[in-house]
Amino acid sequence: MFEPYMLDAWIVATLVALAAGCAGYFVVLRGAGFAAHALPMAAFPGAALAGLLGIARFYGLAVFALGGVAGLAWLKRAQRPDAATALVLVAMLGLGALFLSLSGQYSNAVYALLFGQILGVGAADLPPAFGIGIGVPVVLLLCFRPLTYSALVPDLAATRGLSGAGLDLLFLGLLAVTSAVALPIAGALLVFTLMVGPAAAARNLVRAPLPALGVSIILALLIAWAALALAYLTGLPSGFFVGTLSAAAYLAARLTRRLSP
Amino acid sequence: MMLLQPGFLASVPVQNALLIGAGAALLSGAAGVFTVLRSQSFAGHALADVSSAGGAMAYLLGISPLLGFFSLSVLGALALEVIGTRRAAERDLAAGIVLGAGMGGTALLLYLDVTVKGSAGAAVSVMFGSLFAAPPGLGVAVALGALAGLLGLGLIYRPLLLASLDSELAKADGVNTRLLGTAYLLLLALAVTLSAMAVGAILSTALLIGPAAAALRLAHSPAAAMGLAALLGLFCAWGGVWLAYQSYGWTPGHVWPVSFFITALVLAVYAVASLVRRG
Repeated sequence: MFEPYMLDAWIVATLVALAAGCAGYFVVLRGAGFAAHALPMAAFPGAALAGLLGIARFYGLAVFALGGVAGLAWLKRAQRPDAATALVLVAMLGLGALFLSLSGQYSNAVYALLFGQILGVGAADLPPAFGIGIGVPVVLLLCFRPLTYSALVPDLAATRGLSGAGLDLLFLGLLAVTSAVALPIAGALLVFTLMVGPAAAARNLVRAPLPALGVSIILALLIAWAALALAYLTGLPSGFFVGTLSAAAYLAARLTRRLSP
Repeated sequence: MMLLQPGFLASVPVQNALLIGAGAALLSGAAGVFTVLRSQSFAGHALADVSSAGGAMAYLLGISPLLGFFSLSVLGALALEVIGTRRAAERDLAAGIVLGAGMGGTALLLYLDVTVKGSAGAAVSVMFGSLFAAPPGLGVAVALGALAGLLGLGLIYRPLLLASLDSELAKADGVNTRLLGTAYLLLLALAVTLSAMAVGAILSTALLIGPAAAALRLAHSPAAAMGLAALLGLFCAWGGVWLAYQSYGWTPGHVWPVSFFITALVLAVYAVASLVRRG
Protein backbone atom coordinates (compact mmCIF):
# COMPACT_ATOMS: atom_id res chain seq x y z
CA MET A 1 0.00 0.00 0.00
CA PHE A 2 2.94 2.33 0.62
CA GLU A 3 5.01 1.38 -2.41
CA PRO A 4 6.87 4.24 -4.11
CA TYR A 5 4.30 4.49 -6.92
CA MET A 6 1.55 5.00 -4.38
CA LEU A 7 3.37 7.88 -2.70
CA ASP A 8 2.00 10.53 -5.06
CA ALA A 9 -1.55 9.32 -4.48
CA TRP A 10 -1.15 9.57 -0.70
CA ILE A 11 0.32 13.07 -0.91
CA VAL A 12 -2.35 14.32 -3.30
CA ALA A 13 -5.20 12.76 -1.31
CA THR A 14 -3.87 14.46 1.83
CA LEU A 15 -3.60 17.86 0.16
CA VAL A 16 -7.04 17.63 -1.47
CA ALA A 17 -8.56 16.59 1.87
CA LEU A 18 -6.87 19.56 3.62
CA ALA A 19 -8.35 22.00 1.14
CA ALA A 20 -11.76 20.28 1.06
CA GLY A 21 -12.09 19.91 4.83
CA CYS A 22 -11.22 23.57 5.32
CA ALA A 23 -13.38 24.94 2.49
CA GLY A 24 -16.20 22.59 3.49
CA TYR A 25 -16.45 24.16 6.92
CA PHE A 26 -17.33 27.48 5.31
CA VAL A 27 -19.62 25.81 2.75
CA VAL A 28 -21.67 24.43 5.62
CA LEU A 29 -21.50 27.64 7.65
CA ARG A 30 -22.63 29.76 4.71
CA GLY A 31 -25.25 27.25 3.52
CA ALA A 32 -23.57 27.08 0.12
CA GLY A 33 -24.05 23.34 -0.45
CA PHE A 34 -25.73 23.69 -3.81
CA ALA A 35 -23.09 26.13 -5.08
CA ALA A 36 -20.33 23.79 -3.89
CA HIS A 37 -21.96 20.97 -5.85
CA ALA A 38 -22.53 23.13 -8.93
CA LEU A 39 -18.96 24.48 -9.26
CA PRO A 40 -17.14 21.17 -9.89
CA MET A 41 -19.93 20.29 -12.31
CA ALA A 42 -19.43 23.66 -14.01
CA ALA A 43 -15.73 22.90 -14.40
CA PHE A 44 -16.51 19.51 -15.97
CA PRO A 45 -17.07 20.67 -19.60
CA GLY A 46 -13.73 22.50 -19.36
CA ALA A 47 -11.90 19.19 -19.14
CA ALA A 48 -13.92 17.83 -22.05
CA LEU A 49 -13.27 20.89 -24.22
CA ALA A 50 -9.55 20.83 -23.40
CA GLY A 51 -9.51 17.23 -24.61
CA LEU A 52 -11.29 18.28 -27.80
CA LEU A 53 -8.91 21.18 -28.48
CA GLY A 54 -5.80 19.33 -27.35
CA ILE A 55 -4.77 21.87 -24.70
CA ALA A 56 -3.75 21.23 -21.08
CA ARG A 57 -6.72 20.15 -19.02
CA PHE A 58 -6.09 22.54 -16.17
CA TYR A 59 -6.72 25.64 -18.32
CA GLY A 60 -10.08 24.34 -19.49
CA LEU A 61 -11.09 23.43 -15.96
CA ALA A 62 -10.01 26.77 -14.51
CA VAL A 63 -11.76 28.84 -17.18
CA PHE A 64 -15.04 26.95 -16.80
CA ALA A 65 -14.93 26.90 -12.99
CA LEU A 66 -14.40 30.66 -12.91
CA GLY A 67 -17.15 31.03 -15.50
CA GLY A 68 -19.34 29.08 -13.10
CA VAL A 69 -18.47 31.55 -10.33
CA ALA A 70 -19.45 34.47 -12.58
CA GLY A 71 -22.72 32.71 -13.42
CA LEU A 72 -23.53 32.01 -9.78
CA ALA A 73 -22.63 35.53 -8.65
CA TRP A 74 -24.77 37.02 -11.39
CA LEU A 75 -27.71 34.74 -10.63
CA LYS A 76 -27.58 35.56 -6.91
CA ARG A 77 -29.84 38.44 -7.77
CA ALA A 78 -32.32 36.22 -9.58
CA GLN A 79 -35.79 35.79 -8.16
CA ARG A 80 -35.26 32.12 -7.31
CA PRO A 81 -31.54 31.52 -6.74
CA ASP A 82 -31.82 27.75 -6.27
CA ALA A 83 -33.67 27.20 -9.55
CA ALA A 84 -31.10 29.44 -11.26
CA THR A 85 -28.23 27.41 -9.76
CA ALA A 86 -29.85 24.22 -11.04
CA LEU A 87 -30.05 25.69 -14.53
CA VAL A 88 -26.39 26.79 -14.52
CA LEU A 89 -25.53 23.27 -13.45
CA VAL A 90 -27.45 21.50 -16.23
CA ALA A 91 -26.28 24.04 -18.82
CA MET A 92 -22.66 23.15 -18.07
CA LEU A 93 -23.36 19.42 -17.89
CA GLY A 94 -25.17 19.56 -21.23
CA LEU A 95 -22.17 21.29 -22.80
CA GLY A 96 -19.90 18.68 -21.25
CA ALA A 97 -21.98 15.90 -22.80
CA LEU A 98 -21.65 17.54 -26.21
CA PHE A 99 -17.88 18.13 -25.98
CA LEU A 100 -17.23 14.60 -24.78
CA SER A 101 -19.39 13.15 -27.53
CA LEU A 102 -17.60 15.22 -30.20
CA SER A 103 -14.17 14.30 -28.92
CA GLY A 104 -15.15 10.62 -29.18
CA GLN A 105 -13.81 9.70 -25.73
CA TYR A 106 -17.15 9.33 -24.10
CA SER A 107 -17.70 6.65 -21.49
CA ASN A 108 -14.31 6.32 -19.81
CA ALA A 109 -13.88 10.06 -19.70
CA VAL A 110 -17.30 10.54 -18.11
CA TYR A 111 -16.49 8.04 -15.42
CA ALA A 112 -13.05 9.48 -14.70
CA LEU A 113 -14.25 13.08 -14.52
CA LEU A 114 -17.25 12.37 -12.31
CA PHE A 115 -15.72 9.82 -9.99
CA GLY A 116 -12.01 10.51 -10.21
CA GLN A 117 -8.89 8.43 -10.67
CA ILE A 118 -7.05 8.82 -7.39
CA LEU A 119 -4.96 5.73 -8.11
CA GLY A 120 -3.92 7.21 -11.45
CA VAL A 121 -2.23 10.22 -9.86
CA GLY A 122 1.23 11.09 -11.17
CA ALA A 123 4.06 13.46 -10.33
CA ALA A 124 2.56 16.12 -12.62
CA ASP A 125 -0.42 16.44 -10.28
CA LEU A 126 1.74 17.37 -7.31
CA PRO A 127 2.41 21.11 -7.86
CA PRO A 128 -1.27 22.15 -8.29
CA ALA A 129 -2.26 19.89 -5.39
CA PHE A 130 0.32 21.60 -3.15
CA GLY A 131 -1.08 24.92 -4.38
CA ILE A 132 -4.60 24.22 -3.12
CA GLY A 133 -3.61 22.04 -0.17
CA ILE A 134 -1.65 24.91 1.34
CA GLY A 135 -3.07 27.98 -0.42
CA VAL A 136 -6.76 27.38 0.27
CA PRO A 137 -6.42 26.80 4.04
CA VAL A 138 -4.06 29.79 4.40
CA VAL A 139 -6.39 32.21 2.59
CA LEU A 140 -9.43 30.89 4.44
CA LEU A 141 -7.71 31.16 7.83
CA LEU A 142 -6.63 34.72 7.03
CA CYS A 143 -10.26 35.55 6.24
CA PHE A 144 -11.62 33.40 9.07
CA ARG A 145 -13.21 36.21 11.06
CA PRO A 146 -14.87 38.13 8.21
CA LEU A 147 -16.10 34.90 6.58
CA THR A 148 -17.57 33.65 9.86
CA TYR A 149 -19.07 37.01 10.83
CA SER A 150 -20.69 37.64 7.48
CA ALA A 151 -22.23 34.15 7.54
CA LEU A 152 -23.50 34.23 11.13
CA VAL A 153 -24.46 37.88 11.57
CA PRO A 154 -24.61 39.48 8.11
CA ASP A 155 -26.11 42.74 9.41
CA LEU A 156 -23.41 43.28 12.01
CA ALA A 157 -20.74 42.44 9.43
CA ALA A 158 -22.20 45.04 7.08
CA THR A 159 -22.09 47.77 9.71
CA ARG A 160 -18.39 47.00 10.24
CA GLY A 161 -17.79 47.62 6.58
CA LEU A 162 -17.44 44.03 5.45
CA SER A 163 -18.84 43.64 1.97
CA GLY A 164 -20.92 40.47 1.75
CA ALA A 165 -20.76 40.35 -2.04
CA GLY A 166 -16.97 40.69 -2.15
CA LEU A 167 -16.44 37.97 0.44
CA ASP A 168 -18.87 35.74 -1.39
CA LEU A 169 -16.95 36.19 -4.62
CA LEU A 170 -13.63 35.44 -2.91
CA PHE A 171 -15.13 32.34 -1.32
CA LEU A 172 -16.69 31.03 -4.54
CA GLY A 173 -13.41 31.75 -6.33
CA LEU A 174 -11.52 29.57 -3.83
CA LEU A 175 -14.10 26.82 -4.29
CA ALA A 176 -13.66 27.08 -8.06
CA VAL A 177 -9.87 26.80 -7.90
CA THR A 178 -10.13 23.84 -5.52
CA SER A 179 -12.60 22.18 -7.90
CA ALA A 180 -10.44 22.78 -10.96
CA VAL A 181 -7.33 21.30 -9.37
CA ALA A 182 -9.01 18.41 -7.59
CA LEU A 183 -11.47 17.38 -10.33
CA PRO A 184 -9.26 15.19 -12.54
CA ILE A 185 -7.76 13.53 -9.48
CA ALA A 186 -10.74 13.19 -7.22
CA GLY A 187 -13.72 13.58 -9.54
CA ALA A 188 -16.46 16.18 -9.47
CA LEU A 189 -18.43 14.08 -7.01
CA LEU A 190 -15.66 13.25 -4.58
CA VAL A 191 -14.55 16.85 -4.05
CA PHE A 192 -18.07 17.92 -3.18
CA THR A 193 -18.68 14.97 -0.88
CA LEU A 194 -15.36 15.47 0.86
CA MET A 195 -16.34 19.10 1.48
CA VAL A 196 -19.85 18.62 2.80
CA GLY A 197 -19.74 15.34 4.74
CA PRO A 198 -16.91 15.99 7.24
CA ALA A 199 -17.87 19.63 7.77
CA ALA A 200 -21.53 18.84 8.43
CA ALA A 201 -20.47 16.10 10.84
CA ALA A 202 -18.09 18.48 12.62
CA ARG A 203 -20.81 21.10 13.08
CA ASN A 204 -22.92 18.46 14.84
CA LEU A 205 -20.08 17.47 17.15
CA VAL A 206 -18.51 20.80 18.08
CA ARG A 207 -20.17 24.17 18.41
CA ALA A 208 -17.26 26.63 18.67
CA PRO A 209 -16.06 27.75 15.19
CA LEU A 210 -12.29 27.11 15.32
CA PRO A 211 -12.48 23.64 16.93
CA ALA A 212 -15.25 22.71 14.47
CA LEU A 213 -12.95 23.71 11.61
CA GLY A 214 -10.22 21.51 13.09
CA VAL A 215 -12.56 18.53 13.45
CA SER A 216 -13.78 19.04 9.88
CA ILE A 217 -10.21 18.92 8.53
CA ILE A 218 -9.33 15.86 10.60
CA LEU A 219 -12.43 13.99 9.47
CA ALA A 220 -11.76 14.89 5.82
CA LEU A 221 -8.19 13.57 6.15
CA LEU A 222 -9.35 10.34 7.81
CA ILE A 223 -12.01 9.74 5.15
CA ALA A 224 -9.62 10.45 2.28
CA TRP A 225 -6.93 8.16 3.72
CA ALA A 226 -9.40 5.38 4.52
CA ALA A 227 -10.91 5.63 1.02
CA LEU A 228 -7.49 5.42 -0.62
CA ALA A 229 -6.45 2.45 1.53
CA LEU A 230 -9.74 0.61 0.93
CA ALA A 231 -9.61 1.34 -2.80
CA TYR A 232 -6.10 -0.08 -2.92
CA LEU A 233 -6.96 -3.17 -0.89
CA THR A 234 -10.25 -4.05 -2.62
CA GLY A 235 -9.60 -2.74 -6.12
CA LEU A 236 -12.97 -0.95 -5.99
CA PRO A 237 -13.34 2.74 -6.98
CA SER A 238 -12.31 5.30 -4.33
CA GLY A 239 -15.41 7.43 -5.01
CA PHE A 240 -17.59 4.72 -3.53
CA PHE A 241 -15.69 4.78 -0.25
CA VAL A 242 -15.55 8.56 -0.03
CA GLY A 243 -19.31 8.85 -0.63
CA THR A 244 -20.36 6.20 1.85
CA LEU A 245 -17.79 7.10 4.53
CA SER A 246 -18.78 10.78 4.40
CA ALA A 247 -22.45 9.92 4.78
CA ALA A 248 -21.62 7.52 7.62
CA ALA A 249 -19.58 10.20 9.42
CA TYR A 250 -22.47 12.64 9.17
CA LEU A 251 -25.04 10.12 10.40
CA ALA A 252 -22.79 9.06 13.29
CA ALA A 253 -22.35 12.71 14.30
CA ARG A 254 -26.10 13.32 14.17
CA LEU A 255 -26.71 10.27 16.35
CA THR A 256 -23.99 11.27 18.82
CA ARG A 257 -25.53 14.69 19.19
CA ARG A 258 -29.00 13.25 19.71
CA LEU A 259 -27.84 10.74 22.32
CA SER A 260 -25.63 13.12 24.28
CA PRO A 261 -27.49 15.13 26.93
CA MET B 1 -34.23 21.32 -45.90
CA MET B 2 -37.46 19.45 -45.34
CA LEU B 3 -39.05 20.05 -41.98
CA LEU B 4 -39.71 16.37 -41.44
CA GLN B 5 -37.51 13.94 -43.21
CA PRO B 6 -39.58 11.07 -44.64
CA GLY B 7 -38.03 8.52 -42.29
CA PHE B 8 -38.43 10.57 -39.11
CA LEU B 9 -41.86 9.56 -37.84
CA ALA B 10 -41.73 6.08 -39.38
CA SER B 11 -38.57 5.16 -37.47
CA VAL B 12 -39.32 2.96 -34.45
CA PRO B 13 -36.52 4.39 -32.24
CA VAL B 14 -37.81 7.88 -32.99
CA GLN B 15 -41.40 6.96 -32.07
CA ASN B 16 -40.11 5.44 -28.85
CA ALA B 17 -37.99 8.52 -28.13
CA LEU B 18 -40.92 10.86 -28.76
CA LEU B 19 -43.15 8.87 -26.41
CA ILE B 20 -40.54 8.77 -23.63
CA GLY B 21 -39.77 12.45 -24.09
CA ALA B 22 -43.46 13.35 -23.93
CA GLY B 23 -44.15 11.36 -20.75
CA ALA B 24 -41.04 12.71 -19.02
CA ALA B 25 -41.64 16.32 -20.04
CA LEU B 26 -45.34 16.45 -19.14
CA LEU B 27 -44.95 15.06 -15.62
CA SER B 28 -41.67 16.85 -14.87
CA GLY B 29 -43.02 20.16 -16.12
CA ALA B 30 -46.13 19.97 -13.95
CA ALA B 31 -44.36 18.59 -10.86
CA GLY B 32 -41.46 21.02 -11.35
CA VAL B 33 -43.72 24.00 -10.67
CA PHE B 34 -44.04 22.82 -7.08
CA THR B 35 -40.32 22.06 -6.88
CA VAL B 36 -39.56 25.66 -7.80
CA LEU B 37 -42.32 27.09 -5.57
CA ARG B 38 -41.05 25.05 -2.60
CA SER B 39 -37.37 25.92 -3.34
CA GLN B 40 -36.53 22.22 -3.56
CA SER B 41 -34.34 22.39 -6.67
CA PHE B 42 -31.38 20.89 -4.85
CA ALA B 43 -33.50 18.07 -3.42
CA GLY B 44 -34.82 17.33 -6.92
CA HIS B 45 -31.30 17.29 -8.29
CA ALA B 46 -30.12 15.08 -5.41
CA LEU B 47 -32.89 12.55 -6.16
CA ALA B 48 -31.78 12.47 -9.78
CA ASP B 49 -28.18 11.86 -8.77
CA VAL B 50 -29.19 9.09 -6.37
CA SER B 51 -31.38 7.48 -9.03
CA SER B 52 -28.28 7.07 -11.21
CA ALA B 53 -27.19 4.31 -8.82
CA GLY B 54 -30.42 2.50 -9.72
CA GLY B 55 -29.72 2.95 -13.42
CA ALA B 56 -26.28 1.43 -12.94
CA MET B 57 -27.80 -1.37 -10.85
CA ALA B 58 -30.30 -2.17 -13.62
CA TYR B 59 -27.40 -2.86 -16.01
CA LEU B 60 -25.77 -5.13 -13.50
CA LEU B 61 -28.89 -7.15 -12.67
CA GLY B 62 -30.34 -7.04 -16.17
CA ILE B 63 -33.64 -5.56 -14.97
CA SER B 64 -35.67 -2.77 -16.56
CA PRO B 65 -33.91 0.61 -16.22
CA LEU B 66 -37.24 2.17 -15.24
CA LEU B 67 -37.47 -0.11 -12.22
CA GLY B 68 -33.83 0.49 -11.28
CA PHE B 69 -34.00 4.28 -11.45
CA PHE B 70 -37.34 4.44 -9.69
CA SER B 71 -36.45 2.16 -6.76
CA LEU B 72 -33.34 4.20 -5.95
CA SER B 73 -34.97 7.59 -6.32
CA VAL B 74 -37.75 6.45 -3.96
CA LEU B 75 -35.05 5.31 -1.54
CA GLY B 76 -33.42 8.73 -1.89
CA ALA B 77 -36.73 10.48 -1.22
CA LEU B 78 -37.24 8.45 1.95
CA ALA B 79 -33.66 9.15 3.07
CA LEU B 80 -34.25 12.88 2.54
CA GLU B 81 -37.40 12.65 4.66
CA VAL B 82 -35.67 10.75 7.47
CA ILE B 83 -32.63 12.98 7.87
CA GLY B 84 -34.27 16.18 6.66
CA THR B 85 -34.93 18.98 9.10
CA ARG B 86 -36.98 22.14 9.15
CA ARG B 87 -34.18 24.65 8.69
CA ALA B 88 -33.52 25.44 5.04
CA ALA B 89 -29.72 25.48 5.42
CA GLU B 90 -29.68 22.09 7.14
CA ARG B 91 -32.05 20.75 4.46
CA ASP B 92 -29.52 21.61 1.75
CA LEU B 93 -26.86 19.75 3.70
CA ALA B 94 -29.08 16.70 4.04
CA ALA B 95 -29.63 16.75 0.28
CA GLY B 96 -25.86 17.02 -0.22
CA ILE B 97 -25.14 14.05 2.04
CA VAL B 98 -27.80 11.86 0.42
CA LEU B 99 -26.49 12.88 -2.99
CA GLY B 100 -22.92 12.00 -1.99
CA ALA B 101 -23.87 8.59 -0.64
CA GLY B 102 -25.94 7.84 -3.75
CA MET B 103 -23.22 8.91 -6.18
CA GLY B 104 -20.73 6.83 -4.21
CA GLY B 105 -22.98 3.85 -4.91
CA THR B 106 -23.15 4.86 -8.57
CA ALA B 107 -19.35 4.89 -8.74
CA LEU B 108 -19.23 1.33 -7.44
CA LEU B 109 -22.07 -0.01 -9.61
CA LEU B 110 -20.80 1.59 -12.82
CA TYR B 111 -17.39 0.13 -12.10
CA LEU B 112 -18.98 -3.31 -11.68
CA ASP B 113 -21.02 -2.78 -14.88
CA VAL B 114 -17.79 -2.39 -16.81
CA THR B 115 -15.74 -5.08 -15.06
CA VAL B 116 -18.40 -7.76 -14.51
CA LYS B 117 -20.88 -7.14 -17.32
CA GLY B 118 -18.60 -5.51 -19.85
CA SER B 119 -21.15 -2.73 -20.49
CA ALA B 120 -18.60 -0.08 -21.41
CA GLY B 121 -21.25 2.49 -22.33
CA ALA B 122 -23.13 2.28 -19.05
CA ALA B 123 -21.66 5.47 -17.55
CA VAL B 124 -22.82 7.58 -20.47
CA SER B 125 -26.30 6.06 -20.79
CA VAL B 126 -27.01 6.34 -17.09
CA MET B 127 -25.63 9.84 -16.58
CA PHE B 128 -26.40 11.53 -19.90
CA GLY B 129 -29.08 9.29 -21.40
CA SER B 130 -29.28 7.47 -24.71
CA LEU B 131 -32.81 8.16 -25.88
CA PHE B 132 -32.51 6.60 -29.35
CA ALA B 133 -31.17 3.38 -27.85
CA ALA B 134 -34.01 2.94 -25.34
CA PRO B 135 -35.57 -0.53 -25.24
CA PRO B 136 -38.75 -0.70 -27.40
CA GLY B 137 -41.26 -1.28 -24.58
CA LEU B 138 -39.98 1.62 -22.50
CA GLY B 139 -42.05 4.28 -24.26
CA VAL B 140 -45.37 2.77 -23.20
CA ALA B 141 -44.13 2.21 -19.63
CA VAL B 142 -42.99 5.83 -19.34
CA ALA B 143 -46.30 7.09 -20.75
CA LEU B 144 -48.24 5.02 -18.19
CA GLY B 145 -45.96 6.22 -15.37
CA ALA B 146 -46.52 9.83 -16.44
CA LEU B 147 -50.30 9.32 -16.45
CA ALA B 148 -50.20 7.83 -12.94
CA GLY B 149 -47.99 10.68 -11.74
CA LEU B 150 -50.23 13.39 -13.21
CA LEU B 151 -53.24 11.71 -11.61
CA GLY B 152 -51.51 11.67 -8.22
CA LEU B 153 -50.49 15.31 -8.63
CA GLY B 154 -54.12 16.18 -9.41
CA LEU B 155 -55.27 14.41 -6.26
CA ILE B 156 -52.99 16.36 -3.90
CA TYR B 157 -53.01 19.59 -5.93
CA ARG B 158 -55.13 21.79 -3.63
CA PRO B 159 -53.58 20.97 -0.23
CA LEU B 160 -50.10 20.90 -1.78
CA LEU B 161 -50.52 24.35 -3.28
CA LEU B 162 -51.73 25.72 0.04
CA ALA B 163 -48.86 24.07 1.91
CA SER B 164 -46.30 25.30 -0.63
CA LEU B 165 -47.44 28.91 -0.50
CA ASP B 166 -48.19 29.17 3.22
CA SER B 167 -47.47 26.14 5.36
CA GLU B 168 -48.76 27.76 8.59
CA LEU B 169 -52.11 28.47 7.01
CA ALA B 170 -52.25 24.91 5.66
CA LYS B 171 -51.59 23.49 9.13
CA ALA B 172 -54.31 25.67 10.61
CA ASP B 173 -56.59 24.30 7.91
CA GLY B 174 -55.96 20.77 9.16
CA VAL B 175 -53.54 19.70 6.40
CA ASN B 176 -50.91 17.16 7.46
CA THR B 177 -47.98 18.99 5.85
CA ARG B 178 -45.41 16.36 6.76
CA LEU B 179 -47.35 13.56 5.06
CA LEU B 180 -48.07 15.81 2.12
CA GLY B 181 -44.38 16.66 1.80
CA THR B 182 -43.51 12.96 1.70
CA ALA B 183 -46.20 12.24 -0.90
CA TYR B 184 -44.84 15.08 -2.99
CA LEU B 185 -41.24 13.81 -2.71
CA LEU B 186 -42.43 10.40 -3.96
CA LEU B 187 -44.11 12.06 -6.96
CA LEU B 188 -40.90 14.00 -7.51
CA ALA B 189 -39.01 10.69 -7.48
CA LEU B 190 -41.30 9.39 -10.25
CA ALA B 191 -40.89 12.58 -12.30
CA VAL B 192 -37.10 12.47 -11.92
CA THR B 193 -37.07 8.79 -12.94
CA LEU B 194 -39.03 9.43 -16.13
CA SER B 195 -36.81 12.39 -17.01
CA ALA B 196 -33.72 10.29 -16.38
CA MET B 197 -35.07 7.88 -19.01
CA ALA B 198 -35.14 10.76 -21.50
CA VAL B 199 -32.01 12.83 -20.80
CA GLY B 200 -30.04 10.81 -18.24
CA ALA B 201 -29.83 11.11 -14.47
CA ILE B 202 -27.75 14.23 -14.01
CA LEU B 203 -29.49 16.17 -16.78
CA SER B 204 -33.03 15.30 -15.66
CA THR B 205 -32.94 18.46 -13.53
CA ALA B 206 -33.18 20.41 -16.81
CA LEU B 207 -36.69 19.10 -17.59
CA LEU B 208 -37.75 19.44 -13.96
CA ILE B 209 -36.64 23.01 -13.26
CA GLY B 210 -36.29 24.82 -16.61
CA PRO B 211 -39.83 24.68 -18.03
CA ALA B 212 -41.35 25.24 -14.57
CA ALA B 213 -39.18 28.27 -13.79
CA ALA B 214 -39.98 29.74 -17.21
CA ALA B 215 -43.71 29.07 -16.84
CA LEU B 216 -43.83 30.65 -13.38
CA ARG B 217 -42.45 33.84 -14.90
CA LEU B 218 -45.10 33.92 -17.62
CA ALA B 219 -48.29 32.48 -16.11
CA HIS B 220 -50.53 34.27 -13.66
CA SER B 221 -51.80 31.30 -11.66
CA PRO B 222 -50.10 28.12 -10.42
CA ALA B 223 -52.51 25.93 -12.40
CA ALA B 224 -51.77 27.83 -15.59
CA ALA B 225 -48.05 27.59 -14.82
CA MET B 226 -48.33 23.80 -14.53
CA GLY B 227 -50.08 23.51 -17.88
CA LEU B 228 -47.64 25.88 -19.56
CA ALA B 229 -44.60 24.15 -18.01
CA ALA B 230 -45.83 20.78 -19.33
CA LEU B 231 -46.25 22.24 -22.82
CA LEU B 232 -42.87 24.01 -22.78
CA GLY B 233 -41.26 20.77 -21.61
CA LEU B 234 -42.94 18.87 -24.43
CA PHE B 235 -41.67 21.43 -26.94
CA CYS B 236 -38.10 21.04 -25.63
CA ALA B 237 -38.22 17.22 -25.58
CA TRP B 238 -39.67 16.82 -29.06
CA GLY B 239 -37.58 19.66 -30.46
CA GLY B 240 -34.47 18.01 -29.02
CA VAL B 241 -35.31 14.66 -30.60
CA TRP B 242 -35.91 16.35 -33.95
CA LEU B 243 -32.66 18.36 -33.81
CA ALA B 244 -30.64 15.30 -32.83
CA TYR B 245 -32.15 13.44 -35.81
CA GLN B 246 -31.14 16.35 -38.05
CA SER B 247 -27.63 16.52 -36.63
CA TYR B 248 -26.58 13.35 -38.42
CA GLY B 249 -24.11 14.65 -40.95
CA TRP B 250 -23.26 17.93 -39.18
CA THR B 251 -20.06 16.27 -38.12
CA PRO B 252 -18.98 13.24 -40.15
CA GLY B 253 -20.82 10.07 -39.19
CA HIS B 254 -21.84 11.31 -35.78
CA VAL B 255 -25.20 12.08 -34.16
CA TRP B 256 -25.00 14.83 -31.52
CA PRO B 257 -26.44 13.78 -28.14
CA VAL B 258 -30.22 14.26 -27.81
CA SER B 259 -29.70 15.30 -24.19
CA PHE B 260 -27.58 18.23 -25.29
CA PHE B 261 -30.32 19.55 -27.59
CA ILE B 262 -33.08 19.11 -25.01
CA THR B 263 -30.99 20.92 -22.38
CA ALA B 264 -30.12 23.70 -24.81
CA LEU B 265 -33.79 24.19 -25.73
CA VAL B 266 -34.77 24.26 -22.04
CA LEU B 267 -32.23 27.01 -21.39
CA ALA B 268 -33.36 28.93 -24.47
CA VAL B 269 -36.98 28.74 -23.29
CA TYR B 270 -35.96 29.98 -19.83
CA ALA B 271 -33.92 32.84 -21.30
CA VAL B 272 -36.78 33.92 -23.56
CA ALA B 273 -39.23 33.77 -20.64
CA SER B 274 -36.93 35.99 -18.54
CA LEU B 275 -36.69 38.54 -21.34
CA VAL B 276 -40.43 38.56 -22.06
CA ARG B 277 -41.21 39.16 -18.42
CA ARG B 278 -38.80 42.08 -18.14
CA GLY B 279 -39.70 43.62 -21.50
